[in-house]
Amino acid sequence: MRHFDTELKNLRDGIMAMAGIAEDMIELTIQTLAERSSAKADRVNELDRQLDEWELKLDQLCVDLLALHSPAATDLRLIASSLKIIPELERIGDHCCNIARRAPIVNPPVLPEGRLERLGQETRGMVRRAVDAFVGHDAALARAVIQSDDSVDELYGQIYRELLRVMLADPLAIERASHLILVIKNWERIADQATNIAEEVLYILEGRSAKHPYLRGNAAEQ
Amino acid sequence: MLSPQTPETKPVKLSVRNMDFRYGEKKVLDGLSLDIHAERVTAIIGPSGCGKSTFLKCFNRIHEVSSAVKVSGDMQIDGVDIYRGGIDEVDLRRRVGMVFQKPNPFPKSIYENVAFGPRLFGVKDRATLDGIVEDALRKSALWDEVKDRLKESATGMSGGQQQRLCIARALAVNPEVLLMDEPCSALDPIATAKIEELIGELKENLTIVIVTHNMQQAARVSDYTAFFWLGKLIEMDLTERIFTTPRERMTEDYLTGRFG
Repeated sequence: MRHFDTELKNLRDGIMAMAGIAEDMIELTIQTLAERSSAKADRVNELDRQLDEWELKLDQLCVDLLALHSPAATDLRLIASSLKIIPELERIGDHCCNIARRAPIVNPPVLPEGRLERLGQETRGMVRRAVDAFVGHDAALARAVIQSDDSVDELYGQIYRELLRVMLADPLAIERASHLILVIKNWERIADQATNIAEEVLYILEGRSAKHPYLRGNAAEQ
Repeated sequence: MLSPQTPETKPVKLSVRNMDFRYGEKKVLDGLSLDIHAERVTAIIGPSGCGKSTFLKCFNRIHEVSSAVKVSGDMQIDGVDIYRGGIDEVDLRRRVGMVFQKPNPFPKSIYENVAFGPRLFGVKDRATLDGIVEDALRKSALWDEVKDRLKESATGMSGGQQQRLCIARALAVNPEVLLMDEPCSALDPIATAKIEELIGELKENLTIVIVTHNMQQAARVSDYTAFFWLGKLIEMDLTERIFTTPRERMTEDYLTGRFG
């Protein structure tokens, strides 16, 4: 294998490693939130540090590949998109930390059992499928991820309104409920990050930006 | 550089349809059809032996020194057939200049190299010749380096200077098209950068077709890129598209070094 191909493989493997860590963090965050304890929050923070280390390493690898190999076509698209996917994965880690550190604060619960977990699981599913689309060069799966963002947004809206009702009904629950509003916002952002990753996968595979479809037909898309 | 967002506004300068090139029994170019736009740089890329240089030479018929050559199909310049349109081949070669892989100045003075073409076409007046020589040397970004030693032999110049002198020699007869066959392959990176910069300036008034083995050079200097393989045109598109999203698998494999 050429040195360049080895390095490209290292890049893909590195992104998969980051994605694996991000998925572990999401799983731990869901558990932490369900248990409303800080027991697993430390582990989430540890993993976040690993993600940050990977980010620095892979950013450098991308710059080296661009500088030393003048990549073209698919290779160029993979590297350009990697430079965007890597920070998305890193941000997922940050959001998990934000959620996990609030877990002990939201006790006793203000929402029915399983309500938050469903949002977490839906989001986790989107990240998983976005990563699978990257690994398996699967454009159809990437498109499905982009579409499923709407259902996460809808779920977010439902819970948001529910939390508003809780706050109106019980002033003592306001602090916990407002923390939960931040929690669900973080989940919703992670789903957006999965969507962004899926858009990059489509760019790698098809060479056309999947972003901002409302601009299609204008100068940005031809 | 042209991008997919800007529509082409320049007319077609050179048009090729169903062109075959045979050398004896061997078919070197096979069914080529493509358009080359005026005042644009078109790069031809492809592995050695794919017919790039042969294709270039067909535009000014300098392959005709060999009788084994047979060209069929249509090749036009400004809508007039290059082979059957009654174009005088000497005049064609004035309109379609050429620069080769290795600088090939005449063993004469710098001045005489540039004045050679105009003299051939009948310019005798010294002041007129001086003007043409200076103009061509300025256009080829060589004037400041050689203006005080125009009488010196061209063979004493550096490789990069010699190549720019060859460009000046081609420009001195006021061509419309400049064919460049790997013009930087014998030059160092600094001389290469000068030639590339020059290409960017010259295309304002000239149609340039460049054959290059240096992918990055094609990416840097050209508006259009055509990929040839075994005498066939595999794909031609805006350079930006070819280097980011080629349509053909073969182009992709060639650009990413996974060919064959």
